[in-house]
Amino acid sequence: METNEKILEVENLHVSFHTYAGEVKAVRGVDFELKRGETLAFVGESGCGKSVTAKSIMRLLKPPVAEIKPESRIICNGRDVMKMTGKELYAFRGDEISMIFQDPMTSLNPTMKVGKQIMESLMLHRNMNKKEAREEAVRMLKMVNIPGAEKRVDNYPHEMSGGMRQRVMIAMALACNPKILIADEPTTALDVTIQAQIMDLMRELKEKMNTAIILVTHDLGVVANFADRIQVMYAGQILERGTAKEIFYESRHPYTWALLSSVPKKGNESKEELYALKGTPPDLILPLNECPFASRCEYCMGICKEQNPMETSITDTHKVSCWLMHPKAPKVKSFYDREGR
Amino acid sequence: MTAENKRNEAMMPDIPDEKFTIIGIDENAGEVLARKRISYWQDAWRRFRENKIALVAAVILIVMIFFIIFGPMISGYEFEEIDNTAINQGPSAKHWFGTDNLGRDLFARVWQAGRVSLIIGLVGAFVASIVGSIYGGIAAYFGGVVDDIMMRIVEILLSVPYLLIVILISVITDSKSLGTMLVALTLTGWCGIARIVRGQMLQLKSQEFVLAANALGVSPIRIILKHMIPNTMSLIIVAITFDIPGYIFSEAFLSYVGLGIQAPQTSWGALCAAAQQNFMFYPYQLLFPGIMIALTMLSFTLLGDGLRDALDPKQRK
Amino acid sequence: MKKYIIKRIIYMLITMLIITAATFFLMHSIPGDPLSYMARNLPEQTRENYYATYGLDKPVFEQFIIFMKNLLTEGSLGESLRYPGRSITDTILQNSRVSVVPGGLALIFGLIIGIILGIIAALKKNKWPDYVVMFIAIVGITVPVFILASLFQYVFAVRLQILPTQGWGQPENIILPAVVMSFGTIATYARYVKSNMLDVMGQDYILTAEAKGVSRFNVIKKHVLRNAFLPCITLLGGQISGIFTGSFVVEKIFGIPGLGFYYISSINDRDYTMIIGTTIFAAGLFILAQLIIDIAYSLLDPRIRVQ
Repeated sequence: METNEKILEVENLHVSFHTYAGEVKAVRGVDFELKRGETLAFVGESGCGKSVTAKSIMRLLKPPVAEIKPESRIICNGRDVMKMTGKELYAFRGDEISMIFQDPMTSLNPTMKVGKQIMESLMLHRNMNKKEAREEAVRMLKMVNIPGAEKRVDNYPHEMSGGMRQRVMIAMALACNPKILIADEPTTALDVTIQAQIMDLMRELKEKMNTAIILVTHDLGVVANFADRIQVMYAGQILERGTAKEIFYESRHPYTWALLSSVPKKGNESKEELYALKGTPPDLILPLNECPFASRCEYCMGICKEQNPMETSITDTHKVSCWLMHPKAPKVKSFYDREGR
Repeated sequence: MTAENKRNEAMMPDIPDEKFTIIGIDENAGEVLARKRISYWQDAWRRFRENKIALVAAVILIVMIFFIIFGPMISGYEFEEIDNTAINQGPSAKHWFGTDNLGRDLFARVWQAGRVSLIIGLVGAFVASIVGSIYGGIAAYFGGVVDDIMMRIVEILLSVPYLLIVILISVITDSKSLGTMLVALTLTGWCGIARIVRGQMLQLKSQEFVLAANALGVSPIRIILKHMIPNTMSLIIVAITFDIPGYIFSEAFLSYVGLGIQAPQTSWGALCAAAQQNFMFYPYQLLFPGIMIALTMLSFTLLGDGLRDALDPKQRK
Repeated sequence: MKKYIIKRIIYMLITMLIITAATFFLMHSIPGDPLSYMARNLPEQTRENYYATYGLDKPVFEQFIIFMKNLLTEGSLGESLRYPGRSITDTILQNSRVSVVPGGLALIFGLIIGIILGIIAALKKNKWPDYVVMFIAIVGITVPVFILASLFQYVFAVRLQILPTQGWGQPENIILPAVVMSFGTIATYARYVKSNMLDVMGQDYILTAEAKGVSRFNVIKKHVLRNAFLPCITLLGGQISGIFTGSFVVEKIFGIPGLGFYYISSINDRDYTMIIGTTIFAAGLFILAQLIIDIAYSLLDPRIRVQ
């Protein structure tokens, strides 16, 4: 089912955290949209604002420390999330949009049976009674490939392994068949073999249920075979966006090159070292009047330190915020060697 | 070049060509930290200063300590000076806190008693924390069977209500001097701190920065001095602050029950006990030492709360 | 689970034995002997009879064996030195029955109020209800109970004259001591519940529940409270055994003939056998209560249940 229906539009998203040291501007004007059934990945280092962006969509950040600036617009299914009242928000979360978190060890209530935790959202949004919800919970557990689901439904979280718990999280998030699933680093806390299993499961379910997915990760390797589109984030901004193909094979931004070069290549026989970025991301408390990546960029130019570049369209889907796209800029070649892949 | 690109270009003011020369990474710039970094203790001090309640508590304690040192001199009376012509007087210009049933000036007595109470609180807490830190440190350092046995002993000691042990020891020693009271109070008082120190040490031992220091060949003594002690220090400081009111209270309790300090020496608890008999008629006799105990305990508790919040690195934002 | 309980019971018995022995030998290590204080004015012959009655003429170790034998076979803790012929076990049981009434009321009252205040403080963190609750809690912890007791006595009995100052036997005798004793419980639980709730509210699984669309009220009710209350059970052990031993000072001030009251008088009388008996009883009760609470806790908290 390939439609172009936009189910989520985010415009000019600004999020700040009010701390002792000052206002940390974690997200600085992020725009993006999501179509039905599509998979979008946010990629970037820790602290780049990808997770904050994801949580903002559900308004899960806690005021008064966190603040979504009033100029931000979040439209989901034609409804303005920013203007939702408490009740509307409760009905919205878990039903139309749901979320999986990073650490399955701490993200499940330790004193509540996993079945009950799945049943909770079913009874809230689907008006099921206990019996129906329980049956549905068992069905969901089967769907995420948990063996012996009829028994597991009465397990407590600590009686399960990490991978199993993350499956429960997925079952819980998909219980009400949401249109959007946000997966915030869903595999980071898991073993490598389990990671692959969880990603396979998510891919399978995505196709089955036609759920749009926002995948938040720092690991480009996870994204490769999974995402339709990728947005590379840095210091609260989107530096480059495009289809998976465009990002992996035709990337234009030096930061994207750096990210790609830091992923080990398959069958790389040479003793070539993995690329490591020098320096640290900019302090998000300070105002930023330059390209946020300027101080770490090998291709930094004078203009980069004076003005933040605007977004340049390469194709309809591929957009880059970099002064190198300016006609006057020298033509540089990526140091990321695509032949190696 | 796409159409949009052209538009972007049109929107921007003309940028001189030399701005587009690649200068690369300024190797030196990366080392300059953009924002001033603050050390742990500076940060703790800043947080503590912001806590107005803890500051007020600290000021109250300083004022009280001033009076405890100089109060007996200011009063113009000796604390044991008996005056048969001025028995059970209320507070007046002559006797600021009134007099007791032997005509002794209560202002002088309250501050004199404060010396005993405060000494017990301070010395008790310090002795207990030193003994506890060493005990906990040894248990954590050796680990294994030694740790097991040492902690089993602590568990047994802690499984008896604290006041029962204190009473028992007080009954047995029976000498009612400051020294034996301190022994009774601290005999099991160190157990709590021993547990805290051991727990913290064990946790630190397995933490990355200690492992890293170990791997880098930093000597064990240096690790203990540079990492273990500073990281445990804040916990011990907070524990001491909370222990001081505990000892003051226990002393007051003992003296109140009749197992405490013996006349002519006196403490706040002893003053309260003495005042209890005539409480219905001369409530102020209980009021002043009572307020002192409450105020000291309150101040130390609030100070401890403030210190804990200031020193707890987990709450660092 | 069974293994855990058995292990705990064995540990408890060992601990009890150590405490009993320690108490016994410590009390008998007093310079002279326990009777010297009381028997100092008696004629030689009477004194020897006295010593023989209490078995004090035998070596200390033999005395301990006899003591343990009587304790284990008859549950007897011996006879009072001060009041010859009075069984210590009977006295303790009788007096603790008195202590239970105000102590139990104080515990129930204190628990309910303390938990409610703790919840309010956590939900209204850094707003005025939080400050009020924390003020009450801090007063409850820092004002010694003998001052609080005297204060209440003065206000309600002396000034307002709506309640009796002292005495025992009438229902109105219970009110003041119970209220005074509950202050400590209120303060302890208000603080503990508050900090536990704040701790739980910061956990990841609370965010999960919110992401599911559970309302704030239900998040608190279904996810926060249970997890925040469970650790509170561990505090109950000390509190429950405290009911039986009574509050030493409160019983003395209000003239309640409970165990605490008698303990204090036996200390003042230097009634050593009575002191030994009461200490062992109180310590045993404390350890037993702790054990029951620990087992109950491990049954209620699924995280511990499996281990």
